[in-house]
Formats: sequence, C-alpha cells, structure tokens
Amino acid sequence: MAMTATADHARADPHHIGVVIEHPGPAPKRIVTAYGFWIFLLSDIVMFSCFFAAYAVLSGQTAGGPKGAEIFEQRNVAIETVCLLLSSFTCGMASIAADVRNRFWFYLGMTVTCVLGLIFLAIEFREFADLVARGYGPSRSAFLTAFFSLVGCHGLHVSAGILWLLTMMAQVLAKGFRADILRRMMCFALFWHALDIIWVAVFSVVYLLGSAP
Amino acid sequence: MLGKLDWSAIPFDQPIPLVAGAVVLVAILGVLGWVVVKGHLPYLWHEWITSVDHKRIGVMYILLASVMLLRGGSDAIMMRIQQAVAYQSQGYLPPEHYNQIFSAHGTIMIFFVAMPFVIGLMNLVVPLQLGVRDVAFPTLNSVGFWLTATGALLVNVSLVVGEFARTGWLAFPPLSELSYSPGVGVDYYAWSLQISGVGTLVAGINLVTTVLKLRTKGMNYLRMPMFCWTTLASNLLIVAAFPILTATLAMLLLDRYLGFHFFTNEAGGNVMMFMNLIWAWGHPEVYILVLPAFGIFSEVVSTFSGKALFGYRSMVLATMAICVISFMVWLHHFFTMGAGPDVNAIFGIASMIIAIPTGVKIYNWLFTMYGGRIRFATPMLWSVGFMVTFIIGGLTGVLVAVPPADFMLHNSMFLVAHFHNVIIGGVLFGAFAGFEYWFPKAFGFRLDERWGKAAFWFTFTGFYVTFMPLYIAGMLGMTRRMQHYDVAAWRPWMIIAAFGMAVLTIGVICQIMQLVVSIRNREALRDRTGDPWDGRTLEWATSSPPPVFNFAFNPDVRGEDAYWDMKVHARQQAFAHEEPEYQDIEMPRNSPTGFVCAFFATIMGFALIWHIWWMVILGGLGAFATFVVFAWRDHDEYVIPAAEVARIDRVNLEERRSLVSMAGAV
Amino acid sequence: MSDETHLTAHHDLAPGEEEQLSVGARILGYVVGLALALLLTATSFFIAGTDLVWQPSIPVALIVLAIAQMGVHLVFFLHITTGPDNTNNVLALAFGLLIVFLVVGGTVWIMAHLNANMPPMDQIMMRQ
Repeated sequence: MAMTATADHARADPHHIGVVIEHPGPAPKRIVTAYGFWIFLLSDIVMFSCFFAAYAVLSGQTAGGPKGAEIFEQRNVAIETVCLLLSSFTCGMASIAADVRNRFWFYLGMTVTCVLGLIFLAIEFREFADLVARGYGPSRSAFLTAFFSLVGCHGLHVSAGILWLLTMMAQVLAKGFRADILRRMMCFALFWHALDIIWVAVFSVVYLLGSAP
Repeated sequence: MLGKLDWSAIPFDQPIPLVAGAVVLVAILGVLGWVVVKGHLPYLWHEWITSVDHKRIGVMYILLASVMLLRGGSDAIMMRIQQAVAYQSQGYLPPEHYNQIFSAHGTIMIFFVAMPFVIGLMNLVVPLQLGVRDVAFPTLNSVGFWLTATGALLVNVSLVVGEFARTGWLAFPPLSELSYSPGVGVDYYAWSLQISGVGTLVAGINLVTTVLKLRTKGMNYLRMPMFCWTTLASNLLIVAAFPILTATLAMLLLDRYLGFHFFTNEAGGNVMMFMNLIWAWGHPEVYILVLPAFGIFSEVVSTFSGKALFGYRSMVLATMAICVISFMVWLHHFFTMGAGPDVNAIFGIASMIIAIPTGVKIYNWLFTMYGGRIRFATPMLWSVGFMVTFIIGGLTGVLVAVPPADFMLHNSMFLVAHFHNVIIGGVLFGAFAGFEYWFPKAFGFRLDERWGKAAFWFTFTGFYVTFMPLYIAGMLGMTRRMQHYDVAAWRPWMIIAAFGMAVLTIGVICQIMQLVVSIRNREALRDRTGDPWDGRTLEWATSSPPPVFNFAFNPDVRGEDAYWDMKVHARQQAFAHEEPEYQDIEMPRNSPTGFVCAFFATIMGFALIWHIWWMVILGGLGAFATFVVFAWRDHDEYVIPAAEVARIDRVNLEERRSLVSMAGAV
Repeated sequence: MSDETHLTAHHDLAPGEEEQLSVGARILGYVVGLALALLLTATSFFIAGTDLVWQPSIPVALIVLAIAQMGVHLVFFLHITTGPDNTNNVLALAFGLLIVFLVVGGTVWIMAHLNANMPPMDQIMMRQ
C-alpha cells in the first residue's frame, strides 16, 4: 500500500517537491567527470562574457580607424559558420560511434570534425593576416583590439580543441574504448559543442550587428 | 638569449630585499639540505609532493598560507613602522620600495594567505564531512595546489630578481600600463595571479563537483553540515568570478605585451573598464573568502555550545542569497568614478541589502549560543572574537555603502581600517578557528590551549590597537598608501597603530610557540578517539588522523548533525561490538603530475615575465607533455585489500570501545 | 519502500548525456538540430543584409535569432532538457547565465553611464 502510494507520488511529482528522498550516495564516475567539466565550461563562458562586454564597450572606439562594416566579409563568416555547424554534427556522430564502440565511424567522424575545424581556423587566420597587412592590426584602435581579442580567443579555443581531438584519436587508437577514455570523449564533445554556441554569439554580435552601418 | 634579464635585475643597491632574500634562500637550502641528509626525501616525495589525498593537499595549502602569512606580515610591520616615523621626513623606505611593499602585502595576503588557507581547510574537511573517500578529481586537486604554490614562488622571486609591481594590489591602469610601469613588476604580478588563478579555478570546480555529486548515502542537501553549504557557495563564486580575473588580467597583459588598447589612454582604450571588470571579480572574491569562514564559525559555535545550529535553513538561505547578491554590488568600489546617481543608488542599495543575510547569520550564531553549555576552548574564543569584530567591520561597511559618505571616505585610511576589520576579523579569525578546531583531526593531537588562548588575546587586542586608530586617521582625512605626510594630527594615531602591530606580532609568535609546544607534547595531547571536541558532524566519526580511505564504510546518514545522531542512538557502540564485513577499497594512485606541471608553469611564468621566448615554448610543451603522459597511464587506482582495511579500522574501533566502556564505568 | 525511492533518486544524467535511445533516434536528433541551426543561421545572415524589413528591428531580430539558435544547440547537441534527471545541470547552467547576464549587462550599463557623465576631454571641448 505504502509502496504504491510512493510510486504514484513520484510519477505525479517528478521533481520531488515536498518529498524527502534519501540521497543514494556518490554519483558514478561518468556523471562526476562530465559534471565537473560542465562547471568548467560555464566558467569558460563567463570568461568569454568579459571579452564580449569589452567588445560592447569598445566597439565604437575606432580612433579614426576602420569601422566594422568596412572590414567584415560576410561571405567568409558564413563559410566559417557552416564549417563549425557541420563539425558540431560530425562530432556528435563521433560520440555516438564511441558509445557503440564503432572504430570506423569514430575515426571518420573525428577526422571530418578536425578537417572542418582546420578550415575554420585557416579562414580566420587569413582574415587576421589580411587585416594586419592592411594596417588594421589590434594596435590600431580599441575597437580592433576588442575584435581581435574576442575572435582570437575563440580561435585559440578551437585550436586547443583540435589538439585535444588529435590526442583523443591517438588515445582510442592506443587504448581502445576504455571507460576513462569514453569519459574524456564525452567532455571533448561538450567542449566542441560549447565552442559552437560561443561562435553563434560571436557571429551575431561581432560580425552581423557590427556590420550595421 | 635571456630576454630582458641581466645582472641589473638584482637590486645590489637595496640592502633590505637582498638581505631578506638571502636569509630566505639560506633557510630554504638549509631545510632542503636537512631533508636530503636525513634521508626524508623519498618520504616527502611519495607521501606529500605526489600525494593526491585531499587531507595531505589541504595540509600543504595551509602550510603555504602560513609561510606566506609571515611574508605578508613582515610587509605590514615595515609599512606600520614607515608611517609611524615618516612624519615630515622620508622615513626609512624610499617611495619606490614602499610602493612595492604595499602592493606585495595586498597581493600576498589575499591570494597566497587567505585563499590557500580557506581552500586548504575546505579540502581537508569537506570530503570527511560528506562521508566520502576523496574529492571528485584528486589529481587535479594536486595540480591546483602546485599551481597556487607556483604563483607564490614567482611573487617571492620578484623580491630578489627584478622588482614587484608598485601599482597597488589591483594594478590599476593607466599606471600599470607599459608607458607608466615599464619594469617587470606588473608582469610578475599579473603572471603569478594568472597561474595561481588557474589553480584556484581547478580547486573551485573540484569542490563544487564534490559537494554536488559526491555525498554519502542519505546526505541530502538539507542534511549537509553548514561548512559544506558555505563551501558550495564559495566555490560557485570561484567558478563564476575567477574567469573574470583571468580575462581582465589577460587584457592588461595584451596591452603590455602586444600593444593592444583595452585600458590605454590612446586609441580609444577605456581605463574605467578595468576598474569595472576587476571589481566584478573583486567583490565576489571577498565573499569567496568570508563564506567558508562563516561555515567554520557555524561548526565551531554549534559544537562548543553543545547544540544544533540555530536556524539551519535560514542559514542555508542566507548563504545562497549572499552567493548571488555578491555579484550585484561591485560598483561600490568605484562610486567616485562618476557613473551618476542612478547607477550609484542602485549599487548602494544592493550593498546595503547584502548586509541582511549576513545579519541573519550573526543572530543565528548568537541564538545557537543562547541556552547552550558553552565551552570557551580556543576555536570558540576566535568565534566570539569574530562576532564582535565583524559587526564593527560590517557596520563601517554599510556606512561606506552610502554613496555620499563614500565620496568622503573613498581611498582613505577609514577604508583601509574597514577592509582589514572584515578580512582579519572575518577571514583570518575564521581560518585560525578552523585551524585550532580541525588540527587534531589532521594530525591526531590537540593544540596547546594555553598558548592558543594567549595567541587569541594578543591578536585580538593587537588588531583593535592597530586598526581602530586607522579609522580615526581616515576621518581626519588621511589617504591610504602614503609614504610620508606632514599633518601633525595623524601622527599619534600612526604611532599607536605601530604599537598595535607589535602586539599583533606577539600574537603570531604565540601561534608559532603553540605549534612548537604542542608538537613537543604531542603524546600528552594525543586524540585517541577521533572526537576530541564532542563533535556533531561526520569528520569526527573516523579516527584522527583519518586513514587514507577516510571511512571503512561510507556512513549512512539519517538526519542533520549526522555524527551526533549516531552517538545519540548509540549506533557507534553497536558498530563497536559487531565485526562488520570489510571490503576492498579502491583509492586514486599518487601522481607527480601536479608537481611536474607546476615546475613547467614556473619556468613558463618566469620566461614570460622576462620575455625569454624559447623558454616559454619549452615550458608550454613540457606542461602539455605532462598531461598527455598522465592521460596515457593505464592504472589510476590501487586497491587496499579488505584485510588491511580491517586492520586499520579495528585499531580505531578498539580505541572507541575502550572510551565507551570507560564512560560506562563513570 | 526504500528501494523504490532509491530507484527514482538514482536517475541522474551527466551533462551532454541522452536518455537511452536507439542509435537511429540519436542520429535523427543531431540531424534535426543541424537543420534548425542552419535555418536560423541563414535567417540571421539574410536579415542582416536585407533592406526588406524595418531597419531598427534588425538588431533585436539578430539577438532573438542568436538566442534561439543557442537554445537549439543546447537541446539537440548538448541534450539539456527540463527533465528531473537534468535538474543539477540546468541549475548550473542557469547560474552561469545569470553571471553572464550580470557581467555583460552590468558592464554595458555602467560604462554607458560613465561615458555619459565623464566624457573624454576632447568630447567636452567639442560640446562647448
């Protein structure tokens, strides 16, 4: 009688508001690791928010230099965005492959993710090099300072992600789909998807809003 | 080859830092030599340096904090003497040296004393209170500690090689920009904080995850000891605030190293944005420090009053309210910058509001004491001293939260007195209370009460004699950070403050004596039961010092004050009579990753400060390689066999059983 | 009875983890997410460059689209849901977002007031 009552209650009240449930004890490692990494990602996003805030404050301070509309090329940004979106998708495929322990699809997914990430970085690098060559480097004005730092910070994260990705592939090659390696793969996927979310903010705030005349 | 580094970096013309540096160097070499000659090096390496045991790491954090307290304290003594003698004269410290001293004092006291002290206590105690075997990420824990130590090392290297920042502890631009501070001082400051900041962030993530995901069976949120709650709040703030510090210092470094224009006067940079960002970290930071102290006082007051904490739920609520509101008050550090009445009013009101949950806590402690059987042991003395002192500091805080009043008091000695009042009276008293309270748990013997009480009374008196005069000097118009002055009215107060500093110094000496005397008498002070204070929480349910696995069985919690509950229901005795079925325990293996990683971080930090680029690359590659090697290892755990667990646990149970039978006989 | 409650309480998901689904269903989730994300991105780029809509609405539209796309990423790629097994993950996310909002919003607000009240020297000169 009591048992069924509790079970009904649990269904009617999925968040257990008003019910004292005995805590079951320490969570399994997979949850602990991923949760810790989730917290790290949130802290990373707070760090990005400072660069976004700096960009918002300084974007008007062109000091006689170029405005955003004069230097941004929407076509490049669109290609970059598509690259990152597709890489997020392939990264998702790789993590599914890792979960079902399918080596072929795992390597394929990771390789495509890596190539897409490298294309993204190459386009970004060319954009930066081009701007610097035209005399519009980060020292030119506070606006360019904020622009290079924000976009560059994201670029550095992508570079670190690619380094991690390659290490991850090497680990699977050497060790196979061990539990600890699957946990790391989960963290890597979180990292890569989070970079994508930050890029959404970057292209919306920096490139699209910044292109407005 | 060596960037900006050459012989001119060594201050041969300044005797004070040189002699101090030489003494420290000789002391370090002496200790190292003694360790090597006596053959303790393998023990040190295996049991401490590479240890991933949260208790050991906690102790090392506290040791680091104590050593740095002496360093920061010497700076304080020098400043107090300078201001006592520098009336219508230059005193004995030239301006550029005096400026380095107050900058180093603030930096060291906040980042390398207060932070490691509270993080050390949280590390030591929280897993025990939660009834688990370790923190969520043991190896990262070790990395975090060693990176903090790296930061402390770099700050102290600046004493002898080069110089430290002369910009104050927050390095405000434009003074800290390259055009006004071309030396390496600001670089030392910024890189040490960047490196130790990573360590702090790691510790924060680790403890948040530990509290949220690793609790023993039955340890529901509303059954957690108060210290665990304040740990959660404080570490959530670390995770949310330290990235802001990292970003802000990164911007300053980009300005200095690559000619960016975040905070410069030219090309549209905005100096005021630095104040805005750094205080968006800086205000949560003071709550990061004081919340764990609140938790310590809650534990101590409840234990030494022999009562459950009054208003537990309101305490939890107050803690979490402070956690959120502390992120909404940062502008009160720069009311005078001119954001206008709207902004100032809102932040002023928010600053006053945050005093409310703090007040709730004070009343809860008072009501916990009310009607209790209070034992005035040393930890309790620190707690009561805290309540009195912190109320004064809190009230002057509410005073400066009023924007018009702040316009008068901003950057005056009144402000200096206020934040010392809350940080010494809140954080340091809390750290000392926690130190006295949990020392027996960490080492297995209690601290000498007589020296402890002497230390309290000297520190308590010394604090008032030192800092109350500074309030008055501030009211008389004295600004902070003055190398010399010509106003006769300030002089007597500066002399009294210097006298107070002497009393404080006696307090610190008593603290050291207490440690020495207690170690000598450790057999007499031995804590055999694991429960020297008649405690209420789970850390007292295991032996002192706890075995490496903390608990032979993860305890099953049935309510608040878990251990008290067990004692009341005599479950402990039941345990003592029946031999439980022991099982193998898996524990994380030791790892030199933290130490090696910090080694490379030190090289990298030093090279960055002196622009030695090849060394930067070397350090970076080394750190990455360390992590790959760590990731490659096949066995990250070792097993303690059930027989060994049984052997260790039986000793503990034996002690407890004899105690129970003794109590029965009485 | 205690077993019953433990069973429900054990139900907890790691961030990024999905409910137990078949591989096909999981792939489908990513495909839907990708399609939505591409659609929203295309809309953003289109709106930014067009003069077909009322110009002052563009910044608002861009911000709304960006937030919508972040939501799509969170749900379809990071598998953050409102389910009880995700409570902790969502709470952490909410705390993070609150801080981001406070830092960005607070900075922009404070700096705007500072710039209005304390303009640089050259701008004061220009006003006179």
